[in-house]
Amino acid sequence: MAASTTLKHRDVRDQPGFGTMACICLIVLYAPILILMIWSLNSGSIVTHWEGVSLAWYGVALQNEEFHSAARNTLIISVSATFFSTVMATMAAIGMTRVKPWRGLGTSFMVINLPLMVPEIITAVATLSFFALLAGQLNLNFGIGNIIIAHTVFCIPFAYMPIRARLEDMDLTLENAAADLYATPWQAFRRVTFPLLVPGILSGMALAFIVSFDDFTITQLIAGPGQTTLPLYIWNQIRRPMTPEINAISTLLLLVSILFVSVSFLIARRRK
Amino acid sequence: MASGQTAIAAKGVSKLFQGAGQDTVVALDKVSVAIRENEFFTLLGPSGCGKTTLLRLIAGFDFPTEGEILLHGQDIAPLPPYRRPVNTVFQSYALFPHMSVAQNIAFGLEMLGKSRAETQARVSAMLKLVRMEELRDRRTSQISGGQQQRVALARALAPAPKVLLLDEPLSALDYKLRKDMQIELKRLQHETGITFIFVTHDQEEALTMSDRIAVMNRGRILQVGSPRDIYDRPSERFVANFIGETNFLDGEVTGVSGAEARVKLADGAVISAGLPEGLAPAGRVSIVVRPEHARLVPPGAPADLAGRLETAVYFGTDTHYHVRLDGGGAFTVRTQNSRGGGAGFAEGEPVGIVLEPSAAQVLRD
Repeated sequence: MAASTTLKHRDVRDQPGFGTMACICLIVLYAPILILMIWSLNSGSIVTHWEGVSLAWYGVALQNEEFHSAARNTLIISVSATFFSTVMATMAAIGMTRVKPWRGLGTSFMVINLPLMVPEIITAVATLSFFALLAGQLNLNFGIGNIIIAHTVFCIPFAYMPIRARLEDMDLTLENAAADLYATPWQAFRRVTFPLLVPGILSGMALAFIVSFDDFTITQLIAGPGQTTLPLYIWNQIRRPMTPEINAISTLLLLVSILFVSVSFLIARRRK
Repeated sequence: MASGQTAIAAKGVSKLFQGAGQDTVVALDKVSVAIRENEFFTLLGPSGCGKTTLLRLIAGFDFPTEGEILLHGQDIAPLPPYRRPVNTVFQSYALFPHMSVAQNIAFGLEMLGKSRAETQARVSAMLKLVRMEELRDRRTSQISGGQQQRVALARALAPAPKVLLLDEPLSALDYKLRKDMQIELKRLQHETGITFIFVTHDQEEALTMSDRIAVMNRGRILQVGSPRDIYDRPSERFVANFIGETNFLDGEVTGVSGAEARVKLADGAVISAGLPEGLAPAGRVSIVVRPEHARLVPPGAPADLAGRLETAVYFGTDTHYHVRLDGGGAFTVRTQNSRGGGAGFAEGEPVGIVLEPSAAQVLRD
């Protein structure tokens, strides 16, 4: 009895080797990223030869017309895909938590979350075939719109999860209370459910944005000429002789990602 | 006080829930009850008895499987909650966490489309009514449980509903605060003149606060009456058991005159016992006697029952005597202690029990 109590109170951090193991994990995870960031400050023009500290390559990157175009494309695609996927995910989450249980509710939940489980390359090939068919049979090609549609589709489950979690956590009595105080269903949604749902929606938006912003596999297959996004741009650059410019661009992307993940995390933490 | 006019009535209301698989759960079984204008009416019963279901049907969060719910004679059962002039104080209070105290109270008025000036005036009046003026701009998460309770009351009273529904609103408060809120609720009901329908499983709360009580069990209303009626004249075994301590005796009816029956008890004594409304029994019946409506007498003195004193337990204000009757049953007598008293009944000695006039009541079952 006494022995089990002390065992229970013993921290996993007291286990031998815990610190070492933790350090190894952190190094494996973050050392490459750290090295990438450090080399972005190299003043020389060869990635592997250090010549001194400078922000010069950031300047080069920011003046690069191709980089600008890629950044513009990425922004247009990510913002649109984030908007459409969040709207749809919000409607889906409400439709699946604020209704009487119906046949096929479980199946719908699976269908919405399926893109998370399907290997991305499969989704990419399928999307490519789909757009090829549209173009070939119906002569339909939406240009950059194709990429927006594809991104919207695979962003939905990412936006859906935090929104649904928030709706499920919410006390249903609050909506009853609103109805009891003469709020019609629409008023109750606008005045009570939606304001309480905002943190979930923001969290979902941040996740959707980052997933779209980072996407390579699907975009690589369906992007046409002039539709290069930042991940594609970086991919193209590393196939040439590399300069620290690519490190600078990668670091900038990383900072955007970190920003959004932090925002999503902070919002999720402030939920209660 | 009660003007006697019916404010809200349930007529043959049943509610069935589809349980797991083929089972249907009967939450309410053809319940009929009429609640009067300006009345403090309590639905009392154990958990799962249907009291909260009945409240939810009146509020409109659920719809009856059959039957009508009449508000001033008009069937409101099919109306959604936002079309009923009925407001609810929820067990969990359900205050809107993203609004201040004042915004919570204003919510119903805004939904009714009241002008800004009217809403503000009404909110101030409500804050004054529940004595919360200083906290009007606080977040609801920044105030105590008792204060949240007051805000919930003010929010529900602000639109001046015809009927206020209270779903075990005091159950989350500690003992002292609960006592204060009981008095506060009575005051609010008196000052506003609104019909209160109060749901509780606490029999003491029901007895001290209500004008009338409906005792419920298994989806049915067993008895409706004033606290005194319910306590002194329980008509069913469940009611007698649920409220207070009680003694059950078996007997045989030898004659009925009006609302009284002559009952011959198992060990020979013949007593008169009250009858529940509309019951004209014959043959074997059960009767109840409250422990404080009987007293002990020395053996040999004229008595209704005879037995042997098993234990006497001293409780300060009174003493409980547990008697084993000669017929085999148990009987408890509660006697108030007087100074210098102590009747001198010794444990293990034979005693007699005298029932006070009209102490006994025949049960329906």
